[in-house]
Amino acid sequence: MNSPLDSTVLFQMGPVPITQAIVTTWAIMVILVAGAFLLTRRLDLRPSRRQAALELMVTTLDTQITETTGAPPAPYRAFIGTLFVFILVANWSSLVPGIDPPTAQLETDAGLAALVFLSVIWFGIREGGVGGWLKTFAAPNSVMIPLNILQSLTRVFSMFVRLFGNVMSGVFVIGIVASLAGLLVPIPLMALDLLTGLVQAYIFAVLAMVFITSAVETGARASRKDIKDHPDNNKDP
Amino acid sequence: MEYAPIVSIFCAAFTVAFGAIGPALAEGRSVAAAMDAIARQPDAANTISRTLFVGLAMIETTAIYCLVIALLLLFANPLLG
Repeated sequence: MNSPLDSTVLFQMGPVPITQAIVTTWAIMVILVAGAFLLTRRLDLRPSRRQAALELMVTTLDTQITETTGAPPAPYRAFIGTLFVFILVANWSSLVPGIDPPTAQLETDAGLAALVFLSVIWFGIREGGVGGWLKTFAAPNSVMIPLNILQSLTRVFSMFVRLFGNVMSGVFVIGIVASLAGLLVPIPLMALDLLTGLVQAYIFAVLAMVFITSAVETGARASRKDIKDHPDNNKDP
Repeated sequence: MEYAPIVSIFCAAFTVAFGAIGPALAEGRSVAAAMDAIARQPDAANTISRTLFVGLAMIETTAIYCLVIALLLLFANPLLG
């Protein structure tokens, strides 16, 4: 049986090996971008059926963001929505015969987690400035600085391993069962895999949102109040 | 007699087996608590089940870590060369 940690190289483009996951990722990206472009071409104040469905989706996304964070959804809608839709489509792309979901490869998940890590920094700096963002590491007091730095790395790593492990284990189990017992036996497992894919996409987006808001909120608080005025820091020797 | 492959296979099996115990108990407890909460407050069912799903995924991550370790032992073991 093939190792789930390896990736199949389809062809070489110069020095760069092009794997199956890259091809699938680009296909998903093309489909999503073209679909978004085609579906939003003629928007009207009196929505057609297609536009109403789209607006329903965007409103649901906004509601989820607001309920998770309590913040207005506008600055985060694009990033979080793209993350969710991309991971969902990538997880469900295993429904197409012969295609492995790109999220079952280490590289794709590492890339997504790195995006979340960078976006936490970006949103944090945009809210409180560089100083405010640096002060979030000293919250609640400066003893926590090494722990906060460690936490900002480990939580991203845990997001990455969580998504990889869930999607990869689904693919792996279906592969084993399909190699043991033929035709109809893997179908309930595939249905379970669809649920796992949806839940994992949702959780990835929610966790990204939670991390971003925590950085933004502590950054805003730290930049509003000078760090010396903070009552917790006066106890510090 | 080469011991490294045998030990790796046993360790992979034990990693998954024992690594599944803790998350299984934890998920059972959290689902039971969520059921209790929904039975007391059916109005808050949406919020509770959303939080429950996020929490379940967090708990499940520990089992997934064990699975990843087991797969590393089987497929990417540095001792086996």
